[in-house]
Amino acid sequence: MLVIRLFEEKVEDLFTRGLVKGTAHPAIGQEAIAVGICSKLRKGDYVTSTHRGHGHFIAQGGDPNRIMAELFGKETGYSRGRGGSQVMADFSIGFLGANGITGGSIALASGAALALKNKAKRGIVACFFGDGATNQGSFHEALNMAAIWSLPVVYVCENNMYAMSMRATDSVSIESLATRADAYGFPGVSIDGNDLTAVQDAMHTACKRARAGDGPTLLECCTYRMSGHSRGDQRAYRSRAEETAWKKRDPIRATRKQLIADGELTAEQDREIRREVRAAVSTAITFAKRSPEPDPATLNDGVFA
Amino acid sequence: MREISYSDALREALQEEMSRDSEVLLIGEDIGTYGGAFGVTRGLLDRFGPDRVVETPISEGGFVGMAVGASLLGARPVVEIMFMDFMTLVVDPLVNQAAKLHYVYGEQAACPLVVRTPSGGGRSYGPTHSQVFEAWFAHTPGLKVVAPSTPADAKGLMKAAIRDNNPVLFVEHKMLYPTRGPVPGRGSRPIPIGKARIARRGTDVTIIAWSWLALEAEAAADALAVDGIDAEVIDMRTLSPLDMETVIESVQRTGRLVIADEAPRSGGVSADIGVRVFEQVFDYLDGPIRRVTTPDVPVPASPVLEQAALPNRERIAAAAAELCGAY
Repeated sequence: MLVIRLFEEKVEDLFTRGLVKGTAHPAIGQEAIAVGICSKLRKGDYVTSTHRGHGHFIAQGGDPNRIMAELFGKETGYSRGRGGSQVMADFSIGFLGANGITGGSIALASGAALALKNKAKRGIVACFFGDGATNQGSFHEALNMAAIWSLPVVYVCENNMYAMSMRATDSVSIESLATRADAYGFPGVSIDGNDLTAVQDAMHTACKRARAGDGPTLLECCTYRMSGHSRGDQRAYRSRAEETAWKKRDPIRATRKQLIADGELTAEQDREIRREVRAAVSTAITFAKRSPEPDPATLNDGVFA
Repeated sequence: MREISYSDALREALQEEMSRDSEVLLIGEDIGTYGGAFGVTRGLLDRFGPDRVVETPISEGGFVGMAVGASLLGARPVVEIMFMDFMTLVVDPLVNQAAKLHYVYGEQAACPLVVRTPSGGGRSYGPTHSQVFEAWFAHTPGLKVVAPSTPADAKGLMKAAIRDNNPVLFVEHKMLYPTRGPVPGRGSRPIPIGKARIARRGTDVTIIAWSWLALEAEAAADALAVDGIDAEVIDMRTLSPLDMETVIESVQRTGRLVIADEAPRSGGVSADIGVRVFEQVFDYLDGPIRRVTTPDVPVPASPVLEQAALPNRERIAAAAAELCGAY
C-alpha cells in the first residue's frame, strides 16, 4: 500500500513539474482495494485494470521501475514507451493490462474468464473498474453473460464517489452500486474499500465462489480518490471539507494503526519500511530517467504479430 | 473439382479449423440450432457442442470484447456479427483494444480473433442492414480486413484468418452466400491474406473490385469484350493490408484504372487505392482514374432506389468503356 502511495505521490509531483508528459490518474486513497484484492489471487489468476491502474499493477507484483519508465516513455517501460500510463501489462504475473477506455476491460476480463472456464483451468479473473464504468453498456452486457455462463470472475467496483467530476450519486438513482448485480442474478456486496481486512474478507468469499464454478460476484468497494482525477484537476466539484473528512479515513493510516494495535508492527519498523519504500521509488525514478528513449526507427515495428 | 456454395465453403473452413485446433471456438447470436442468420454455422453446434459454439445474448460490444479477452489467453474465437451494420457496436473492443494489443504489449500479447460479418445491399434490407463499413476498419492500424468473392477464396482466406495471430475482419457480402464455385476439399491450404487475385487477364483497362462487386466486375468485363475492350479484373480479396504490388503492375500494363466499391464515395477504400496509384505510377496513366461507388447516401430499402444507389456491372462497364474512349 505504501509503495503505491509514495509512487503515486511522486508521479503527481513529476507531472506537476512537467518532467513526465501526457496524463496519469493517481490512485491515492484507494490502495487498500488494490492490495486487498490482489493479495487473494494465486498463480494462474488474472487481473484487468483501468486508467487508474498503477496501484493494481504494483499490487499484482509489477516492477515499479518499469512502470515509472513507461510513464517517462522509455524503452525499458512495460510497453516500451508505446502505451503510457493507461496501457501497460505483464501477462507473466497475470496482469492483462490497464485500460484507457472507461469500462473497456470489463468484457475483456469476462472473456478471459470464459477461456479459463472452457479450458477447465482453475484460475479466476479479478476485474477492476470505477463507479463511472458501471454506467457503460459494456458493464451490463459483460455481467449478464458472466452470470448466464457462471464465469469465474470477481468484478471489483472502486466507487471513489466521482466519475471524473460527476458524483456517483448524481449518475445513478440507486443507493448502492452493488445492487446492480441483482439484475443479473449473482451476489453484489458493498464494503468499506478503505478497510483492508474488509476487502480481503469479501474477496475471499468471492474467490471461493468463483473457484467453485458458482459464478461471478460484484464487490462495491467504497473509497475516496484523495487526489484529483488527473493532472490539472482543480477539484472544483467537491469541497475541501469533504476531502478533509476523508483524509481521516486514509486507508494507510488505518492499516498502520491496526497493525500497531495488533502488535504486528512497531513504530521503528514502520519508519524503516517508509525509508525502504521511499528509496525504492527514488530508484524507480532514477531507473526511468537513465533509461534510453525508444528508437524512432522502430516506430512501425510490431503493429502485427 | 466439386462445386459448392460460398456458405458451404465457409462452413467447411470453420469445421476443418475447429477439428484441427481445439482453441478455435465460435461466438455469436443465433449461431447454434438456428445456424446463424445466413445459415453459415448450421450443424456446428451438434458437432462441437456448446463450449465451442457459444450462443450469446444480443450484446455485440460485450461478446466481441469477451472474444478479445479470451484470445489473450490463447483461444482463437471466430465471432459472427449478424449484419455488418451492427459493427458500429463493436468498434471499441476492436479498435481501442484488439488492434493495439500487440503493438503496445509486444510478444506477450496476440489477438488471434476473427470477426465474420455479412455486408452490403441488394436485398432491400434497408439503410441499417445493407451497409459496407470496410473502410473504417481498414483505417485502423493493427486490423486486417478481408472480403473474398469466390467460395474457394472464402474457404482459403477463412483458414488463413483463423490461423493468423492478429484480429481479422472477415467480410461476407450477403449476395455471395448462395453463389457456387469449385472449392478444394478437406485439408486444403489457406490462401495468404494480403494477396490480390487477377480474376481475368486483360490489356486495355484494369478494373479493381472485391467482394460482390468482383463478380459484377467480371460480368462487366464479359460485356466489354463484346465491344472489343479487353479488361483486366483484379479481385483485391484483402483490403488491409492492400496488395498494391499487383495493382501497380497491372496499371503499368493497361494504363487505365476503374475502381468499383460498394461503399459511399467519400473516404473509402476506393479513394485510398486511387491515390496510391496516383502517387506511385502517375506517369503510366493514360486517363483519369474512374471510381464506381455508391453515392454519399444511406442505402434505401425500395428495390428501385437501392438499385439506383448501388454500383453494378452496367455502371462498371460504362466507366471502363468511357475511359477507353468507346461510348
